[in-house]
Amino acid sequence: MNTYTLYLNSKRCIGCHGCVVHCKANKGLPVGPILCEISHERLKSVRGVPKTEFKFRSCYHCEDPFCVTICPTGAMKKREDGIVYVDAPTCIGCMACAGACPWGIPQHNPETNKAVKCDYCMDRLDAGLQPACVTKCTTHALKLMTMKEI
Amino acid sequence: MKKSVWSMCGMCTVRCPIRVEVEDNTVTWLEGNQHILKGALCAKGSAGPALVADKERPQQPLIRRGGRGAGRWEAVSWEFALDYIADKLKTIIDRHGPEAIMASSRGGPFQDLVKAFTHALGSPNYTDHDSACGRNVHHASISLFGLGRKGFIYDIKNAKHLVLFGRNILASLRPAEVNQVMDMLDKGGRLTYVDVRQTLTGIKATNFFQVRPGTDYALALALIHEIIKADGYDAEFVERYTTGFDELAYFVENYSAEWAAKECGIKVKDIHELVGQLIADRPKVVFHPGWMLSRYNDSFYASRALNCLNALMGNIEVEGGLIFAKGAGDCGGKGPRSLTELSPKPTAKRADGVGDVYKQFEKGPGLFHLFYKAMATAQPYPIKGIICVRHDPFSCFPDPQAQKEALDNCDLIVSIDTHYSEFGWYADVILPESTYLERDSMIALQKGMKPRMIMRSKAIETQADTLCLCTIIKGLATRLGLDQYFPFNTVRELWEWQLEPTGFTLADFEKKGFVEYADKPVLYDRDKLEGKFKTPSGKIEIISQKLDEWGFPSWKPYESPAKPPKGQYRLVFGRSPLHAHSHTINNPLLNELMPQNTLWINTREGGKMGIAEGDLVDVISGDVTSVVIAKLTDFIHPEAVYTVHGFGRQIPLQTRAYHAGMSDQKLMKGQLQNMDPVGGGLNLCETFVAVRKSSKNHQRKREL
Repeated sequence: MNTYTLYLNSKRCIGCHGCVVHCKANKGLPVGPILCEISHERLKSVRGVPKTEFKFRSCYHCEDPFCVTICPTGAMKKREDGIVYVDAPTCIGCMACAGACPWGIPQHNPETNKAVKCDYCMDRLDAGLQPACVTKCTTHALKLMTMKEI
Repeated sequence: MKKSVWSMCGMCTVRCPIRVEVEDNTVTWLEGNQHILKGALCAKGSAGPALVADKERPQQPLIRRGGRGAGRWEAVSWEFALDYIADKLKTIIDRHGPEAIMASSRGGPFQDLVKAFTHALGSPNYTDHDSACGRNVHHASISLFGLGRKGFIYDIKNAKHLVLFGRNILASLRPAEVNQVMDMLDKGGRLTYVDVRQTLTGIKATNFFQVRPGTDYALALALIHEIIKADGYDAEFVERYTTGFDELAYFVENYSAEWAAKECGIKVKDIHELVGQLIADRPKVVFHPGWMLSRYNDSFYASRALNCLNALMGNIEVEGGLIFAKGAGDCGGKGPRSLTELSPKPTAKRADGVGDVYKQFEKGPGLFHLFYKAMATAQPYPIKGIICVRHDPFSCFPDPQAQKEALDNCDLIVSIDTHYSEFGWYADVILPESTYLERDSMIALQKGMKPRMIMRSKAIETQADTLCLCTIIKGLATRLGLDQYFPFNTVRELWEWQLEPTGFTLADFEKKGFVEYADKPVLYDRDKLEGKFKTPSGKIEIISQKLDEWGFPSWKPYESPAKPPKGQYRLVFGRSPLHAHSHTINNPLLNELMPQNTLWINTREGGKMGIAEGDLVDVISGDVTSVVIAKLTDFIHPEAVYTVHGFGRQIPLQTRAYHAGMSDQKLMKGQLQNMDPVGGGLNLCETFVAVRKSSKNHQRKREL
């Protein structure tokens, strides 16, 4: 059962891509893997003002994740609180997970030759902190919500 | 060993307060100071550790061995480099006098060291980047309020209406300010955005005006006209605290909404609607007078008109308006010592002519671009040595080729910077400064509603053979026999000396990373603002005595901007939230997200030229041609093309940024001395460029 989800208040989001870099910096990722994404539709005129809204996407932490099933070494795991994560020491970097995921979420880290993905910064959560993208969001538009809150 | 360090970001010149966690001399986490930013930081802020780790920044002092700009460098020791510079400076002083040396640094709280060093040498020629930034706004503010542009804090959070003319506040961003804007919008506040294109800011706007380039002044004048006509201004405030209102009313008589609608290419109904909103929302209306407003040849007057609208709203020293920035003295305290106070004030006239030939410009940093004139002509006297600290004039000012030709008259060019700058690449010596995470900086006072002292402490030890600016300047001063003006051996001694008169100690910074002079916002009594405006009359001078004295009108009759010739477009530029001008283009993490810029072209105009989205286009000005990817959009004025500033870099050692995208300033041929005669800002949006589909587009596949 999933416990968490990341919610973007698109009214407050300014599309600065801070979250992308906060995430990469926290995980010490090199150029290549990007674990969350900010996107938007083309501008459309709304009452004379060209507007768009930003969307945030990271891993969906599926109820029944294909990436976990397909992983040959059992490195891709789902915790009791629903977080799907990579157990780095066990990962062999075969990237079967990325192929199995409908959205290609798991990314290859060329420095470690292992898969890497959003795990809601579970080390931070376990220490009573918020994920990097939430903590440092430029406009405090990102929130970590529990399913109960929703 | 783990530690937590209070410090200050240095990825751009906003200088956000940060907290850095360090383990074994490695940054493991950094975030915005919780007490001020509640953790918030922008993308650039998080890319700081990537800058530290980047081997494509200078790793040790370098001395040029080939021709200037040829890129043949010899790595030398700090001792050698500082001896070399000191010897050269001595020779210049012996031959031409100390005033033949100029120095420039980023403006802001840390200019003290460089300014003090210049003065200690005996040269008045300290300058900064501001003639390509906020000079017009600054001078406009002085002419009206007697206070510079930093004399007021904008209380955006509590405003009901924020009006922005080209101030792309959510992209060219300062996290604290951005949060104020978002809070205002969350509370139902209105945002009016005026620009030649739609931006990340404009998409949040209540009212959006896509105006013809160069017509900001027209719209501002029409707003003044309509507000006066509707008796919608704060008559009591205007009567009490301003001079020259009647002249203004007379001046704007012909500048109606109907006139402006035609001039700007917008709907008259929308202007009337805006005027109605402004009157309803006043006094809690903030007209942003502009930040980087070195753009058009009437930008000074546009900024003056915007600030005048603030006065008409009666929004001075009210919640949700413009609040006087308070200093230590307003709280009964004393500010930290500055080194400039120690150095004798040089008596020579400035080589840029500021304060002498140009009485209308404030002496402080003068105007950098005018020094090029002095270099080229040796008038009023020669400039033979130049030191630029964290300032890249080639990326900042127009026409680097013209700058190089002027610099060729110099015997010594020194660049002190954390990264390779285009200027540094042409210099004789590159002194690599430690990155902001590896260096200590001087304590500075930050004025505001709650004035505070801020400081940067190094979080980690240096990763390359670099030094902090305090140590570099001290090293040079010692070699030149100027030790008495720099009474410290370590940065800690400097801090303690600075803090002595304040009554605070370094320990007071430990709790929050800064020291506040007040618990609550300090506000003046709005009924007793007499004397707070530092104009000759003590009032807000809608008609300025000083401008009058210098022979400039307080209000310039509006002149319609030139239309670009057929096949040409007005080149405008701006910022992305992912990059800080040219400094960050080569940062691995920021480069990954934005490796190059594009040229925005109006969809219909692109269609006329057979240009499709993603095509390569040639952008031509004089003998300069840049090739860049086209982005077609309906939401840019057909007369303009737009690009993000900072790209098109030509430093081979910056492999990621090398020749990526195009450089706007290199296309500004012949514009180096094209400045606003009253504001001193350069006219950086007065270049027309030709655009055509590039022959570099793939025509067909030729491989087998």
